[in-house]
Amino acid sequence: MRQQHPAVYDEKAQRLADEMVLAEARHIAQRKAQDQDLDQDCDCKEGMFPQASVTDRRKFLFAAASVAGVAGSSALAQAADKKAPAGAFHFDVPADPTKEQGRAVLADGGYGSRSQFETEVRWRYPTPNDLTSWSMTPLDKMLGNLTPSGLHFERHHGGIPTIDPAKHSLIVHGMVDTPEKFSIDDLKRFPSVTRKHFIECSGNGLTEWNKPTLKTVQGTHGLISTSEWTGVQFSTLARELGLKEGSAWVLAEGADAAVMTRSVPMEKMLKDALVAYGQNGEALRPEQGYPLRLLLPGYEGNTHIKWLRRLEISDKPFMTREETSKYTDLLADGKARQFSMEMDAKSVITFPSGDMKLPRPGFYNIQGFAWTGRGRVQSVDVSVDGGKSWYPAQLGSSPEPICTLRFSFPWVWDGKPAVLQSRCTDETGYVQPTLKQLIAIRGSNGPFGSVYHLNAIQSWAVNEAGDVANVHA
Amino acid sequence: MFTRKNLLKSATLLVSVLMSSAAFAQGAPAHFGFGTAVTPQDLAGYFSIPPDGRGLPPGSGNAAAGAKVFAESCAACHGDKLQGNPTAGIGGDRLLGGRGSLATKTPVKTVESYWPYATTLFDYVKRSMPFSAPGSLKDDEIYAVVAYILSEAKVIKPTDVMDAKTLPKVVMPNHDGFIPDARPELSLYR
Ligand code: HEC
Repeated sequence: MRQQHPAVYDEKAQRLADEMVLAEARHIAQRKAQDQDLDQDCDCKEGMFPQASVTDRRKFLFAAASVAGVAGSSALAQAADKKAPAGAFHFDVPADPTKEQGRAVLADGGYGSRSQFETEVRWRYPTPNDLTSWSMTPLDKMLGNLTPSGLHFERHHGGIPTIDPAKHSLIVHGMVDTPEKFSIDDLKRFPSVTRKHFIECSGNGLTEWNKPTLKTVQGTHGLISTSEWTGVQFSTLARELGLKEGSAWVLAEGADAAVMTRSVPMEKMLKDALVAYGQNGEALRPEQGYPLRLLLPGYEGNTHIKWLRRLEISDKPFMTREETSKYTDLLADGKARQFSMEMDAKSVITFPSGDMKLPRPGFYNIQGFAWTGRGRVQSVDVSVDGGKSWYPAQLGSSPEPICTLRFSFPWVWDGKPAVLQSRCTDETGYVQPTLKQLIAIRGSNGPFGSVYHLNAIQSWAVNEAGDVANVHA
Repeated sequence: MFTRKNLLKSATLLVSVLMSSAAFAQGAPAHFGFGTAVTPQDLAGYFSIPPDGRGLPPGSGNAAAGAKVFAESCAACHGDKLQGNPTAGIGGDRLLGGRGSLATKTPVKTVESYWPYATTLFDYVKRSMPFSAPGSLKDDEIYAVVAYILSEAKVIKPTDVMDAKTLPKVVMPNHDGFIPDARPELSLYR
């Protein structure tokens, strides 16, 4: 790899990249092993159809042992039942479900789980330490726009804490007239709002700056997820407490082992920050900050402090480790951009995408996601010739502010090599750049370029055999 | 008996009652009063230390004392020469070196080469380290281990004592290395 590429991978970067490739390969192998258990010969075996076409899984066997071997004991513990995939229970399949009664109402104890035939899981970047690591959403398997809470991407710096909400509170202090402490119940009494927003880690795609590294869209783009969030607007709390003259920054602090902290401009906090306790109609998931997280629509994921316990109002930023050592963008001249918060417009084709195979020429409905941290998506264009010509895609729903959007484009593949791309334009007039354009501005001196905020156009090459691969075009 | 007139009268009354109670119920109160006052005990365990050093606790330490703390509480994960440890299950960052590398093809970002403020080091070690037992060090030990790392990085002298007064005055090598976000990048607009 090192010889192939002009950008120098130091030992650490090389190891990280190699291990990521291996981890993804294990995940792909696992998917394929599951497909081979099908007793039907169908296109779905090739990873061809992203979803729903797998109808006959009578012979489905969950490879519990191989999952344990791959992902560690934690993956096994997550499975509700060893014979079923994570988040599911195993039930014997009757010969004819119309000829015998099914399960009783409330046999699930009052809380439902997914079907034992749905196997999609996140997989994790193989950082040496699984307490500080990240896991990715399988974008290619998403049906619709919202991410199931159990498949929301994660980034933790000190594991997932277990917090008793009865013992948790949010303290708001510093440059306020009256510092106050709020229990979760207190917060739920305030007027609340419910909004759909994506959260994207600014490290999404960091392996892809210098060369196409990971194969699947889950690997290249899986650090984005969309939920409906419910909570109190920070402005409501600010009005309650009163802000002192000169208050300009807010430190948000989490109650995890990293005691994660980020400084956020007051302007943003008053504009649309949410102290969220709800996600997709229920309490936040523990991995998403239960019982409380900060939501900063359009800002990089790290700032959405989970397990939120404290907001300190100040006149200046605190210069925490996460806003100096990390989450700063090192440019070619050795200077680093700091407080690069907004996530710029981006899109990606999820079908067909890397490691899929088109079985034969013919009609394919290209599908993908588009989003922007600066407002609404205005339009999405699709190219099947590597960006030479562009056609408008169909938008799957009306654009909402700082929310993902599904798009599609009907395509008849003639069996010749093609390069599929999508390009998002947001309502501010910003056009998703090519990788070349982005590197011309940011440089690419690091092994992973400037690491953060890679929002370039993604290219998937289709060869004559129908294999789809991640390329730089 | 309800006459027409009576009915009209009571209806008007009802409407006016409804209207006044509606007016009463409308609009958020100036103050909800749901929270409770914050006591000094509530804040006792919390800290956050900006570059001016506000919030630095009493105490002090030097590199010699810090070398011991480091050997005991940090070296297993960050290496006895602060070179980092990528072993599975550990993954402690490299803390030294990389000066002058930031504008090259192989930038090495460490406390020595990249971090703009020494106060951040104190804040971070106090909140998150040692990774295996976060928040377990005494403030003197934190001043000491910070002094040790800064001294090994040749940012301070081995004899310098770090405390609430001296630490904010330390000028890190990459102090001027950060610039504001230049986005949105206007050349990318339609
Ligand atoms: C059990 C292993 C372990 C021990 C012990 C440990 N660390 Fe760490 N350290 C880590 C890990 C892992 C990270 C990365 C955390 C993350 O990803 O957010 C880290 C990060 C750091 C960083 C940030 C580096 C950077 O460039 O951002 C500093 C500074 C640090 N540790 C100092 C210390 C000090 C000082 C001690 C001893 C008091 C210590 N560590 C003990 C594992 C350890």
